[in-house]
Amino acid sequence: MAVYKRTYRGYEGVLTSAWSRFLIITKYAWRGVFGARFLTSFLVACCFFPLGCAGFIYLANNLSFLSRFNVDASKWVEINGRFFLTFLTVQSSFAYILTAWIGPGLVAPDLSNNGLPLYFCRPLSRTEYVLGKFSVLFLLLSALTWIPGLLLFGIQASLAGWEWLSKNWWIASSIFLGSVLWVSILSLIALAMSAWVKWRIAASALILGVFWLGAGLGAAVNSVLHIHAGTLIDAASLIGIVWSDLFGVTRSSGISIEEAWFALLGFCVICVTLLNRKIRAFEVIR
Amino acid sequence: MTDVVIELQNLSVRLGERNILQQLTATLRGRTIGLLGPNGAGKSTLINSLLGFFPITSGSARVFGYDTRRDANEIKRLIGYMPENDSFIGQMSAVAFLQMMAELSGLPAETALERAHEALFYVGLGEARYRPIGSYSLGMKQMAKLAQAIVHGPKLVILDEPTNGLDPAARTRMIRLIKEMRATNQMHIVLCSHLLRDVEEVCEEVLILKQGRIVHYSNLEEERKANKRFVEVELAGSTPQGEYEFAEAVAGLGCETVFAGPSRLKIVMPIDVDMKNLYVLAAARDLQLRRLNYRRDTLEDIFLKAMDHRPIETAAVPPPVPMEVPNGRL
Repeated sequence: MAVYKRTYRGYEGVLTSAWSRFLIITKYAWRGVFGARFLTSFLVACCFFPLGCAGFIYLANNLSFLSRFNVDASKWVEINGRFFLTFLTVQSSFAYILTAWIGPGLVAPDLSNNGLPLYFCRPLSRTEYVLGKFSVLFLLLSALTWIPGLLLFGIQASLAGWEWLSKNWWIASSIFLGSVLWVSILSLIALAMSAWVKWRIAASALILGVFWLGAGLGAAVNSVLHIHAGTLIDAASLIGIVWSDLFGVTRSSGISIEEAWFALLGFCVICVTLLNRKIRAFEVIR
Repeated sequence: MTDVVIELQNLSVRLGERNILQQLTATLRGRTIGLLGPNGAGKSTLINSLLGFFPITSGSARVFGYDTRRDANEIKRLIGYMPENDSFIGQMSAVAFLQMMAELSGLPAETALERAHEALFYVGLGEARYRPIGSYSLGMKQMAKLAQAIVHGPKLVILDEPTNGLDPAARTRMIRLIKEMRATNQMHIVLCSHLLRDVEEVCEEVLILKQGRIVHYSNLEEERKANKRFVEVELAGSTPQGEYEFAEAVAGLGCETVFAGPSRLKIVMPIDVDMKNLYVLAAARDLQLRRLNYRRDTLEDIFLKAMDHRPIETAAVPPPVPMEVPNGRL
């Protein structure tokens, strides 16, 4: 039908595959996210630290270059688990800021504009909707965390040679696993908070609050009651404990690695439960 | 796919502690089906249950033969839905919004874009299609909602209160569009409304709901074809007994009669009964026929009668009856 005819006609053509339908949500959300100039500037700024790390790796593998300047750097330029842990800690902070900025804009407008019935009256499940939105954050945050992390690991492996790689291959899996864990938790918290409050600004504040308030409250509980259980509500400390274990760095926290994993799992369960309650075509008032 | 559009079998829906729909049974085949009822009757809940938004407590519902619980995605592929309330993605332009909706329905991206433009032109938003939907007026938003409901070429379009909040001109435009869509014979339409006029103008079949139950089913199309004459007379000059005897005498001619108020008698006359018989019967009883209006049994009459009726408890919707009140006084 040509536009000028202005008549209705049905559609009998081919349909796209059902399994990839959630990527349409990702595509349009992605388009919306990149509509803001801030994001591009921020992503560029986030590249500086990995570039610095790449330069550091180059120097660490070219100590002869430093010795020309009478610098004995052999002790403090070792590329090991601690180096990559530091890299991940810095990049995860950027990821955290980015999540608080763009996360609420993914779900809250759909809820506040009552847009969900329009999604779910089509062959799209609630899980696919959440997966589509989750993918936006996952892809963006991956670009800040494990993708540059693995690139740095690759650079180091290529410069240091087979012997270093055979001893430190586990760092690659730690980078990936640690990043994916952080990215997943951040994404779930962002989606759950914005689904809960349905208001972009409040959701941003809440995402920041989950970590800051959790840390503050956890420290207060530990201090007042002289226990370590307060750490269980401090998501940032929990992830730090898991990362330290993954990267083989010792860290005293008072709670075991198993407890940290369970607490993080608890965070995920709470977020998924919240999403399950809120991401519905219609909310039933009981 | 069967020719049955919607089939309900003892459908019950319970939300929280409330029974919203109770034992609904109906088979609807019409090209345009009206769901009528006062606010809170369960019209929107029925639609939401057909779309799989609300879980069915007991019984079953089928759309084009597909079970709403088992084949939810198949049904959603065939349906276009225009919700009652404001429902959009505010920051998107109308074209992008419709393209996304079409893609979510399974259309390839290029086709979805083409149809998004077409649908917006079709509903009269062609010139405003690049504007964010959030900046639209209420009437434009209603049209955008209609456009998103038809953009993927569904076989069944469910319109939930499509004329809500529209001024008379916009309402006329909306009704005209719905009629045009019906005239294409490419889709079935379910129109859910509490406005009798909208349903009467558009629909062939009407299901009237009250307190979560079906209280009346009417095939307006059959009634229109029935070729019966509906006469309303106002009697004077006699006692109630005399009026009652007149009604019985008229019924003796093969007419259906019902008193619609004091001294007001509604008569359904078969085509072979001559009008002069009424005058003869009235004169024989010394009755005066003060007002005599030819009229149809309008949907308003049907609706008001249905609101006073007990819900239909039987398992099947009764066959269409032009005037289902028995002879005699109400």
